[in-house]
Amino acid sequence: MDYAAIASIFCAAFAVAFGAIGPALAEGRAVAAAMDAIARQPDAANTISRTLFVGLAMIETTAIYCLVIALLLLFANPLLA
Amino acid sequence: MNSPLDSTVLFQIGPVPITQAIVTTWAIMAILVIGAFALTRRLDLRPTRRQAALELMVATLDTQITETTGAAPAPYRGFIGTLFLFILVANWSSLVPGIAPPTAQLETDAALAVLVFLSVIWFGIRAGGVSGWLKTFAAPNPVMIPLNILQSLTRVFSMFVRLFGNVMSGVFVIGIVASLAGLLVPIPLMALDLLTGLVQAYIFAVLAMVFITSAVEQGTPNSAKTDLTLKKKDT
Repeated sequence: MDYAAIASIFCAAFAVAFGAIGPALAEGRAVAAAMDAIARQPDAANTISRTLFVGLAMIETTAIYCLVIALLLLFANPLLA
Repeated sequence: MNSPLDSTVLFQIGPVPITQAIVTTWAIMAILVIGAFALTRRLDLRPTRRQAALELMVATLDTQITETTGAAPAPYRGFIGTLFLFILVANWSSLVPGIAPPTAQLETDAALAVLVFLSVIWFGIRAGGVSGWLKTFAAPNPVMIPLNILQSLTRVFSMFVRLFGNVMSGVFVIGIVASLAGLLVPIPLMALDLLTGLVQAYIFAVLAMVFITSAVEQGTPNSAKTDLTLKKKDT
């Protein structure tokens, strides 16, 4: 058995799985706070949602990093080359 | 399955391999340049319907730039607008069958991020001179110099990994789903991908704008203060 390949696949799966937890919770909090703000001040909805989108993209980046790491493990793994 | 980190080489010009993404990029550039030229060739004081639509787009862009930065949009309109339009068209080019979006390749995104990095330097030097721009690295105090240098590099890195990751993951997921379940199943994912493409293009442009403004405002201390007070009055 090739243990390097098996370990890489498991690590890729774990990277995506656990890497998604933090950003998911964070995005939930951010959206909830934005909804609260829009409910309090509907006039500022445009500004709030614009800031929200930028903020969400920043938060999402951490999950994307995990995805990129997982893809590196799967497709550009130095141990398997 | 093909690795998303590889790129398919179509042909070579001398020692330079020309990949599929580069050819798509050239096509998008040609479409944008010829389209912009053809649409703005006859501009009138009394706008036609076509010109009114174009003016609406430019006015929206200007409003966005002004709201993001609090500065006059004119110096940034060309760069930010081109950046946004190019990334948007590139992200949505996956709608054409057989075309993979060039932004799903690491090289294209890296090139775009390097453009942003250079433009931050360019606008920073133009606003405050070389010394003013160098002083932005010592803000708020000289202890922060290594961190500021590091930050100016890592934010560019995070910018292109963000764009690459989002676009590439969309393409990748659609590829996997299409290989599993054929005909109509990937369509909702494709719709989501279009939304992601729009949001990512918008975010790339907004972040570029924010980085440029931070360099410009810190480089010119007087205008920075007036800008801040103006912003406070607005809100």
